[in-house]
Amino acid sequence: MAHIKVPEGVPGIRSLVMFRPETGKYLYDLAQELLRGESPLSQVDRELIAAYVSKRNDCFFCMSSHAAAARCLYGDDEAIVDEVLKDLDRSSLSDKLKALLHVAGKVQILGKEVTEADIEAARAEGATDKEIHDTVLIAAAFCMFNRYVDGLASLTPTDPEAYKEMGKRMVAGYNLPPQQS
Amino acid sequence: MAHIELENDLPGIRGLMAYRPETAGPLNALAEILLRDDNNTLTRGERELIGTYVSYLNDCFFCQNVHGALAGHYLNCNIDQIDAIKQDFAGSADLSGKMKALLNIAGSVQKGGKAVTEEQIALARTEGATDQEIHDAVLISASFCMFNRYVDGLGTAAPRDRQFYINRAPQRAEDGYLILR
Repeated sequence: MAHIKVPEGVPGIRSLVMFRPETGKYLYDLAQELLRGESPLSQVDRELIAAYVSKRNDCFFCMSSHAAAARCLYGDDEAIVDEVLKDLDRSSLSDKLKALLHVAGKVQILGKEVTEADIEAARAEGATDKEIHDTVLIAAAFCMFNRYVDGLASLTPTDPEAYKEMGKRMVAGYNLPPQQS
Repeated sequence: MAHIELENDLPGIRGLMAYRPETAGPLNALAEILLRDDNNTLTRGERELIGTYVSYLNDCFFCQNVHGALAGHYLNCNIDQIDAIKQDFAGSADLSGKMKALLNIAGSVQKGGKAVTEEQIALARTEGATDQEIHDAVLISASFCMFNRYVDGLGTAAPRDRQFYINRAPQRAEDGYLILR
């Protein structure tokens, strides 16, 4: 049971933005811009950052839904998502993405944890300033979304099938759900 | 020196927003509705105080001074009084029981969404907090866990003189977060 009276049976952040669409609108606008807008990082890379940070924040809803979106976007290579969530360093991800996820992991702890050396390591693998910027902001944003979803104890489905459907919908874009009448 | 080349010398989050206006749009819109919208039973001062307290816990110098000065401006108190509240809100004679209960929730959100307990929510309700007030306290706290990480994760520069923030607060209170000058 969520801590506040949200629409019944609606999972995660959807239930929260239906409770308060005035703030939900900008949260979805932000997700859309960060994960689907113009960026030198591909959509799948950005979904992977979201899933990785959500896992570190122990937010099952956000981790599962963004992992599902990343699997959809990877297509035949979807196994890499679970490799990364299981053990980033030993995954077959590119060295550049590993370095960026390392920065994201530092952001998850706290902003000040990111060091010059972390940034230099990403740069040495070819990461640009804009890629570093977008990585940090996506990681920071999921430190918000995760706390919002779990801080209000929103409904978290346990059935993996539920997330498969969500993943497909998320690939199409982040749109504020319609209001229940 | 910020971790990336921002091509401007604006302080804190302002430099990041000028660097990446596409993501600045929804971020500023979110700050505006969360902290300034008049259609809210929490006062602007109370909402700024939540942002200040979370920024203090996240050790973000820029955010705790910008928002601390704004809280002081709205609540008619000086920066020493704001500092005293940050350090011991429970011992403050000036805060309502409801605000103390909401700051208590904010402190848990800062640690992680799952740290918020049923008891904390029940206490806030006993002190008269509505569902929307609890929602907004959680979302404001969560959003500062994003803003703080964004500002510090990219190593942005911030003026060390705290008077700088106090001097700017009245203009920011008037302009809000959508007019940046």
